[in-house]
Amino acid sequence: MEVGGGEKMKMGGKGFGILLTFCLMFLFWILLSGLFDAFHLISGVICCAIVALISHDLLVKGKGKKILLKSFRLILYIPWELGQIVLANIDVAYRVLHPKMPIDPRIIEFETSLRGDFALVTLANSITLTPGTITISVEPEKGKYWVHAIAKEPADALLVDQTMQKKVADVYMEW
Amino acid sequence: MVLVNGIVVMFLAGGFFFTLVGTIGLLRFPDFYTRLHATGKCDTLGEGLIIVGLMIYHLFHYSETLLVPAKLLFLILFIFIANPTATHAIMKAAYLTGIKPWKLGEERR
Repeated sequence: MEVGGGEKMKMGGKGFGILLTFCLMFLFWILLSGLFDAFHLISGVICCAIVALISHDLLVKGKGKKILLKSFRLILYIPWELGQIVLANIDVAYRVLHPKMPIDPRIIEFETSLRGDFALVTLANSITLTPGTITISVEPEKGKYWVHAIAKEPADALLVDQTMQKKVADVYMEW
Repeated sequence: MVLVNGIVVMFLAGGFFFTLVGTIGLLRFPDFYTRLHATGKCDTLGEGLIIVGLMIYHLFHYSETLLVPAKLLFLILFIFIANPTATHAIMKAAYLTGIKPWKLGEERR
């Protein structure tokens, strides 16, 4: 799968981007319509072609290297993220239902080595979904994050351990 | 079938529990930012669990069409992308407007 992507990349990034966008759009069209007669398939092809031609650079940036490998690594990263989401919810539920409400909110900031759009968005959304932290703001040039933490332990997990930053950097290979 | 229904009920009850906790948190927490913690996280998992329950129910009771579970799966995917993004956008708007975060020991607002 990754090897095929690499060969297509050599043929020119733009055509590959259009093709990938078209395939994704058409798969999604079939999924949503669920009808396999000629009229619906042909109108699907036409619509997807128009959308892919106009807006392929929104999904696949022209210089995006190793995009299939990164998608594959992202799929491996998602189960860990799902586990973190469950932990986050149990954590919030504990803080909500505890009679004394053990919260101690603070705002922290830290810098990362991430620069790509997808990497920054993935880390920002992961921070928001994991225990006790929400991203306030991101500065793309320095990879700097402002994060609101609900207590000391989740803040330390981001500042000291930095597990999540390392995992996202591994996914997008931006150390 | 009883087993399947039991699992479905467990998923729905879990979703209900987390949505309920989110609402309680919205009412109990002291300021804007901490309230967003409760709603932004619990809604994501609560809705996810409810939709997973519906998916399992549909798979076993109407197994002739796989399209509906697939659509529900995409619904989960979009909620998991859109919900943290929206939470972050509200948070950033509040921060730029200049709402002061609540510190430990202050009065609740």
